[in-house]
Amino acid sequence: MTSEALATAQQTVTLEVYRYHPEKDDAPSFESYEVPYREEWVVLDALNYLKDQVDGTLSYRWSCRMGVCGSCGMMVNGEPKLTCSTFLKDYSIKKIRIEPLQGFPVERDLIIELDGFMEKLKAVKPYLIRNEEKEETIEEGEYLQSPAELARYKQYTLCINCMLCYAACPIYSLDSGFVGPAAIALAQRYNLDSRDQGRHYRQEVIASHEGIWECTFVGECSVVCPKDVDPAAAIQRAKVSSTIDWFREIFTPINKTK
Amino acid sequence: MTTYIRPVSNTWWLEKKQYFLFVIRELTSIFVAGYCLFLLFFILKIGDENESYNLLIIFLKSPLILVLHLISFPFILYHTITWFNLTPKIMVIQIGEEKVPKQLITGLVYISWGLLSLILIWLILGL
Repeated sequence: MTSEALATAQQTVTLEVYRYHPEKDDAPSFESYEVPYREEWVVLDALNYLKDQVDGTLSYRWSCRMGVCGSCGMMVNGEPKLTCSTFLKDYSIKKIRIEPLQGFPVERDLIIELDGFMEKLKAVKPYLIRNEEKEETIEEGEYLQSPAELARYKQYTLCINCMLCYAACPIYSLDSGFVGPAAIALAQRYNLDSRDQGRHYRQEVIASHEGIWECTFVGECSVVCPKDVDPAAAIQRAKVSSTIDWFREIFTPINKTK
Repeated sequence: MTTYIRPVSNTWWLEKKQYFLFVIRELTSIFVAGYCLFLLFFILKIGDENESYNLLIIFLKSPLILVLHLISFPFILYHTITWFNLTPKIMVIQIGEEKVPKQLITGLVYISWGLLSLILIWLILGL
């Protein structure tokens, strides 16, 4: 081992970890830990070392380690990040503060309660809805779609439900009733799908005050999104569609399509 | 289960640069609205009788109006530029399988702005 490599091996990084134990603590607190610094480590590696070697009581969620499952989202130095894709070497000051995702209730340590988010995903009816009046049989075959039609919504299918966008949204922190970026982007994913005919069923939730009109276009949700889904754009585009709906209802009340 | 809900401080918008810039963008709309009211007032008064019209011209040439313009201008400029830059997010145009590049949409918006400004300058200087 060269002297340089040896020096790196002995380096440490301080993790300031948010701790909250609902049975014991009234309020959360921060606990500092020294863990080894490795060039190739991500924040999640440091947390795993911490749990294995230093303090087994620490609780947090993680699974795939490769930015696909969306379960290891945390606030790293105040920014929402997937800890599996956030390298220690990218932080010049070797003191990293780790907190649960902003805006969500904390269950324990770095674990947030995501029931509200799950309810919102369900509320936007994220599945293909077809007109009920027309009977469709299996024999008629599948719904065909051209590559151009796929391109209209494909970006919005890439969401991994990591909730970083919610943590980045100041509106969501202030009002947890806000349907929020990921759920609205998912609704847009189906609304823009040529095979879907259920947009008006989603409008009740989407075009409400707690839906798109709660958004003031801060735009941070799109900045932190690890999959470039661009939920902020999805919400603004839904606003345009809903505004067109409104004008249509006023100027052509006879053709009101529901 | 008892969960802990973190309070949001009243200064949340000062704690992150991006949030601060967002709040500034929203506040600039006050200047835009204010300037619209000023223009409406101006249009209302411009058809007045001679004496009243002359008073209006004196009023418009006063240092107060000049100072108000100097204060409003950077805010209105900031408002315009931030929204112009956000335009391609809202206006997504797809041709075939490809989306029109964001830079092209923003560029066209800026070019239109420049052209309209040139027409205005030509109108003012030409008359």
